[in-house]
Amino acid sequence: MSASHQWNTLQQSRMRRLERAAALAQGKRVEAERIVALLEAIIEPGDRVCIEGNNQKQADFLARAMVQTDPARVRELHLVQSVLSLPEHVDIIERGQVSRIDFSFSGPQSGRLARLVESGRITIGAIHTYLELFGRYFVDLTPHVALVAAQKADRQGNLYTGPNTEDTPAIVEATAFKGGIVIAQVNEIVDTLPRVDIPADWVDFTVPAPTPHYVEPLFTRDPALITETQVLTAMIAIKGLYAEYGITRLNHGIGFDTAAIELLLPTYATELGLRGKICTHWALNPHPTLIPAIEAGFVQSVHSFGSEVGMEKYVAARPDIFFIGADGSMRSNRAFSQAAGHYACDLFIGSTLQIDLHGNSSTATRGRIAGFGGAPNMGADARGRRHASPAWLKAGREGRGDIPMPRGQKLVAQVVETFREHMEPAFVERLDAWDLAESAGMDLPPVMIYSEDLTHIITEEGIAHLVRCRSPEEREQAIRGVAGYTPVGMGRDKRAVENLRDRGIVQRPEDLGIDPRQATRDLLAARNVKDLVHASGGLYDPPKKFRNW
Amino acid sequence: MERFEITLPARAAGAARQTALAGVVSSGNLEVLVEAGQDPATCAIEVNTSAHGFREIWEAVLADFAERYPAGGLRIAINDAGATPAVVSLRLSQAFEDSTGEDS
Repeated sequence: MSASHQWNTLQQSRMRRLERAAALAQGKRVEAERIVALLEAIIEPGDRVCIEGNNQKQADFLARAMVQTDPARVRELHLVQSVLSLPEHVDIIERGQVSRIDFSFSGPQSGRLARLVESGRITIGAIHTYLELFGRYFVDLTPHVALVAAQKADRQGNLYTGPNTEDTPAIVEATAFKGGIVIAQVNEIVDTLPRVDIPADWVDFTVPAPTPHYVEPLFTRDPALITETQVLTAMIAIKGLYAEYGITRLNHGIGFDTAAIELLLPTYATELGLRGKICTHWALNPHPTLIPAIEAGFVQSVHSFGSEVGMEKYVAARPDIFFIGADGSMRSNRAFSQAAGHYACDLFIGSTLQIDLHGNSSTATRGRIAGFGGAPNMGADARGRRHASPAWLKAGREGRGDIPMPRGQKLVAQVVETFREHMEPAFVERLDAWDLAESAGMDLPPVMIYSEDLTHIITEEGIAHLVRCRSPEEREQAIRGVAGYTPVGMGRDKRAVENLRDRGIVQRPEDLGIDPRQATRDLLAARNVKDLVHASGGLYDPPKKFRNW
Repeated sequence: MERFEITLPARAAGAARQTALAGVVSSGNLEVLVEAGQDPATCAIEVNTSAHGFREIWEAVLADFAERYPAGGLRIAINDAGATPAVVSLRLSQAFEDSTGEDS
């Protein structure tokens, strides 16, 4: 041990920053008009900064404050945050204050981000999944400064995040325990919190924001927009996949295809006698389209990554189903729900933009760097999984064949219509992800779900049980077999596909005993948002943009 | 607007058919009218579509339909407003099944 070595430089840096900020705050409390000065006092050049941008909840006031800081003082930042979705997240890059970013998802800012990367104005460290980025917070990307959002703080600085807890615990824990500074914007400061989500001694400053933090209603799908083709693919999914494997534990993607499945549980799946046999336990945000299935007694438990705008009262009134605190409101947690989706669910099913002949799928398109969010973690076989379930074992038997050591496999399904809007084929010879990787100088093409993990593809043409294929050639024909009239589908070997049908690897709706006349919107348990409100007994309070009555 | 007619060999529809209509002409959708035709060995289809340049896909969709269903002796009129092949196939199936006059 060296006597001269300093072992507490992080703590000393932290103390210097707090000293510089002391005059701008009263204890932990900072007034909104002094926040820019406080950020300039605390942040040092080269800092890793997280401006809490979740999938839904946004530290928007602090993001706006960041773009008002002096670029001569607040510079060379390394942004480390899961979602870049506010214009300010990219404005601060354009202002030249950021030199590097590590993130998971960029949604609405994906086009601007791609242009900044192509013009060399920003370097992307990597695009991560949520769990990867949270993991790196605790390894080599720990924030020096975290700017987070909570609903309420008390006078000591304890935080109540409410139903949208999301990423906050992961961000704050990493920052607070490694010499970092945590600043929280709150909607209000109160004497007594409903409950403590983040303890005060992990929080350095609280600032009452002039407006409540923004929450994006990202998981609301209006049933009025579900098409009959989506009803048909939902019927195929329920009969050909859910019933076939007896899937009880699962995660759904965000799209209309899976919303259609949720709305068919109380009708079609009930007709098939599947209540209590499928879809009982979920890792899922509180999707409004799940309300009818919950009310029909289909669902036993739902743990959520975040909440959903308008679902708060309904969720709070169903404490047997959702994770509700003693205070009566839900607590979500993205890190735990992602872990649950990866290790504790037997099925992930979601949609994508492109699938290639091997079964790799990607949502990347030219000119947009959108990232992944959580889908790759949920849409991947959990190789560390050691507990069995009937669905997992059945998939393992089919996928691994006769191997000496018995082992299961995660079911990973992609549901797509063969043509997207403007007749863009969902099946392609080569993913756009390759072009994007080239133009943006990425190490890897951004693939959402790798071929080796994908077990099923569902289209209006039927279901391809890729997990049952014995060779790459069979796999390719199974994919072509459900690719319809796309060039990939038209290029199929008809005899090979008929052979796969005989062996139950490709199943058409008629092979599953599905009557296309039943595939109408009448089969949906709710046909519009108003129906969802009714189903909730008036507890669901949809955001204005979904109210059209 | 593009218009064409196609006559495909098909198994005879057998029992008497009744006129059936599925779908509506609205964006991304189409209307399929099935009625009795002349020749029991062929299915005559008339397509009116708002989308240009997809004749090859239309022919593939219709050929698969005529192969999959006993559509011989039927006359089918399609008014399309840019539906995807998925919707076209679904409407054809729905109209055909309804023309049998049997309950599902």
